[in-house]
Amino acid sequence: MTSITGTPIHPQGQPLFTEADWDYEALKRVYDAIEDIALGEMGLDIYPNQIEVITAEQMLDAYSSIGMPLMYKHWSFGKHFAQDEALYRKGMRGLAYEIVINSSPCISYIMEENTMTMQTLVVAHAAFGHNHFFKNNTLFKQWTDAKGILDYLEFAKKYIAHCEEHHGEKAVERVIDAAHALMSQGVHRYPRKRPLDLREDQRRQRERWAYHERMYNDLWRTVPKPEATEAPEPENVLDRRKMLGLPEENILYFLEKRAPKLQSWQREILRIVRRISQYFYPQKQTKMMNEGCATFVHYYIMNRMHQKGLITDGALLEFLHSHTSVVFQPDFDDRRFGGINPYALGFAMMQDIKRICEDPTEEDRAWFPAFAGCGDGLAMLREAWAEYRDESFVRQYLSPHLMRKLKLFRLRDDADEPDLLVDAIHNERGYRQLRRSLASQYDVAQLEPDIQIVDVDLAGDRKLILHHRVIDRVLLDDKDSRAVLNHVANLWGYGVQLYEVDAKTDAVLKTHPEIGPSIEF
Amino acid sequence: MNIIDRRLNPKGKSLGNRQRFLRRARAQIVDAVRQASGGRKITDVLSGENVTIPGDGLREPSFHKSRDGGLREHVLPGNKEYVEGDTIPRPGGGGGGGGSEGSPDGEGEDSFRFVLNAEEFLDLFLEDLELPDLVKQKVKASEAYSLQRAGYSVTGSPSNLNLVRTMRNSLSRRIALRRPKPDDIAQLEEEIRILDEVGADPANIAMLREQLETLQRRSRLIPYIDPVDVRYNRFNHVPKPVAQAVMFCLMDVSGSMTEHMKDLAKRFFMLLYLFLQRRYRQVEVVFIRHTHKADEVDEETFFYSPETGGTVVSTAFEEMRKVVADRYNPDDWNIYAAQASDGDNTSYDNARSAAMLEQIILPVCQYYAYIEVGHEDQKWPDRETELWRTYKQVAAQCEHFAMRRVSSRSEIFPVFRDLFNRERARM
Repeated sequence: MTSITGTPIHPQGQPLFTEADWDYEALKRVYDAIEDIALGEMGLDIYPNQIEVITAEQMLDAYSSIGMPLMYKHWSFGKHFAQDEALYRKGMRGLAYEIVINSSPCISYIMEENTMTMQTLVVAHAAFGHNHFFKNNTLFKQWTDAKGILDYLEFAKKYIAHCEEHHGEKAVERVIDAAHALMSQGVHRYPRKRPLDLREDQRRQRERWAYHERMYNDLWRTVPKPEATEAPEPENVLDRRKMLGLPEENILYFLEKRAPKLQSWQREILRIVRRISQYFYPQKQTKMMNEGCATFVHYYIMNRMHQKGLITDGALLEFLHSHTSVVFQPDFDDRRFGGINPYALGFAMMQDIKRICEDPTEEDRAWFPAFAGCGDGLAMLREAWAEYRDESFVRQYLSPHLMRKLKLFRLRDDADEPDLLVDAIHNERGYRQLRRSLASQYDVAQLEPDIQIVDVDLAGDRKLILHHRVIDRVLLDDKDSRAVLNHVANLWGYGVQLYEVDAKTDAVLKTHPEIGPSIEF
Repeated sequence: MNIIDRRLNPKGKSLGNRQRFLRRARAQIVDAVRQASGGRKITDVLSGENVTIPGDGLREPSFHKSRDGGLREHVLPGNKEYVEGDTIPRPGGGGGGGGSEGSPDGEGEDSFRFVLNAEEFLDLFLEDLELPDLVKQKVKASEAYSLQRAGYSVTGSPSNLNLVRTMRNSLSRRIALRRPKPDDIAQLEEEIRILDEVGADPANIAMLREQLETLQRRSRLIPYIDPVDVRYNRFNHVPKPVAQAVMFCLMDVSGSMTEHMKDLAKRFFMLLYLFLQRRYRQVEVVFIRHTHKADEVDEETFFYSPETGGTVVSTAFEEMRKVVADRYNPDDWNIYAAQASDGDNTSYDNARSAAMLEQIILPVCQYYAYIEVGHEDQKWPDRETELWRTYKQVAAQCEHFAMRRVSSRSEIFPVFRDLFNRERARM
């Protein structure tokens, strides 16, 4: 007999697996156990799950087509594949353990070479953590159609292949190149005003006619008309802009609807790229929360499974090993530092929220009177997962306790000053400033330049005029901008000019040279 | 929950993307491949290659903020000693503040490194090269045939019976002629049997019997499968063009050939072999070495076994003629020959060599290449070698005979390209 007599907390729990290798039976058992905890204890609400086992090559495949299981063909995906493959083969980069797709059913890809413990972790992380977030977060609900996305991609793929057959790969490639360059300028950030539909329009027209008939008086016919005036009145700039729906920040949308020279298949391609971009827009805004949610869920589930005796001590240690490397946050002066790790911050904040709910300090009560000590951390988290995005989540929930723990500080980098200035640190005066700054670091609207189409010279040379609303004097990258403007000009068919305008003062900071179309589409 | 095993799904889903990428970067990749091929061993040509190409033309531009200028704020973790108001000297290079370096987000890469597989490498390596007279012009009537599907016929051997067609015809005929179904007959019989047992209504029974008889007669007269239904797969005999090639490597192995020269020759032969292999389904190689006498040998012996003696080129031609007569009927084979020599020949043999080449060898060859190999860093002297002078007269009259000089490794590939580039092939 061995002398080790550690008793598990629930002695009735038999470990679901003891081998390192996974098999379908064990996977099924583990899934059911996780489901019990996730739905029963944590109250998660998920799309039906579909778990697909894939090889490393297929994982690389999925990488290159921006994580989607099917995608139209384009050289840039081939480029990313070659790049990722080269890095992977040399061992410079490992592959993700999983990829999960916001669709219903929610598809999680898991790698065949994961151990059973890793598969357990991955199922908890992707099939429950991400899945719950996709289904419940308001941004995803509002902007993406989880049921329709795979069908839409199927359509997109077929449509673009069809276009390639009819118009040649080269012609299609040019349109996609241009559309990809404008991808991040291809999203609607706000719900749009719904345009009038045909029936509504007809009804209005009928009413107008009816009014006209009612008011008809033959006498007016006899009134002498004034001589037709020469030269139509100068077009009202505001009217013109209103007619074209300007200013418009969704450049792809504008070009799709208004570019005079495009053919219908080219418009459709712009639309496809635009819709895919829109589909990914919530992911951009919730990266940290999404990962944090999945990490929190897998951490909770794995620990509960261990408490119930469903996984062995060895499996728990293996899990902790990879968990800690996932949530590792190097310091700013560390060679490994590459920005704030979204897994680390998301996970830390969510653990912190749970702590504040269950075991608050005086400080927490002062900062978060609404929920400190409410007792049910998981309910609070579910609400946060549903209602917030990265920026607002940080703004709302980042606590002084965590700022001290992470030792956050703020650097002010003013190009006009010789040195960098530390202007806020993790102390009483700094907390609010740090929180505000960190939140805006996660604000996609702050990270991406605000570029709008403001005017078109319809009466003249049809030049398209773009403005970049400059914040804090940070201008656009010159070389890339020129390349993108060239794409815009090609799509528009006439010249394009970009001005960089200070958002506060409306002063023009920089005028880019006018760029004309270089190729006929 | 579903678990689906996707591991057996067809591989290479991103092949289309890769092809588009290679086409896009073609010019840069070809350059890189040419450069890479200069430094590698010929025997390695068949393996893949790591190539690095400049990132221009492959950039995916987007509107993004520039990395310098303006006012920025960074919130960073891991403060150790800073307090409010501290200043930190700007990190070198004036880059974008604390720690934002080291996170290249795919932007601004200067060059781009990836792996080409052997197939792709060779494709690019041998791009633009073309064989003159790829296929024999005279395809004799009695040559090999292959079978090609050509629809259906009403006659044929039982093994070619096309069941689907036959049954489809049978079915449509049965429907058209209203052949009674076995079920209907069975039903009628059953009805009669029941009525018989009851024994009532004899008139009805008689009528039913009559009906039954009609049906039975119909089904006898209208067969289930009729000879008119039967269809056979039909095959046409299509003459198969000659798609096999043999390559003769002739080399002078007398004492005057140094290791360096043999190496050059070997490289040339290898290139030719690879090239032929991509154009023909089957390529055979015959090695003939000669001193003052010639014999056919295997590859090892050909390149590595030392031999001494005089130099009589015509012996090699004689040997080649014999091999051709023995095994490679020029009507069935595309014959290519490459000869490597340092240009020595016994003077009395020159006339005989020229005559043999012109009258016996060249008429059976698709292409004949002569490579004169020299010492390393040899500047070609004004004086031409015996063989060169001899061959020059032949070359003047014969289109598919080519001769070049090579003295260093780096010249092999250009010379090879020169011999087989498309322009030449077209003329």
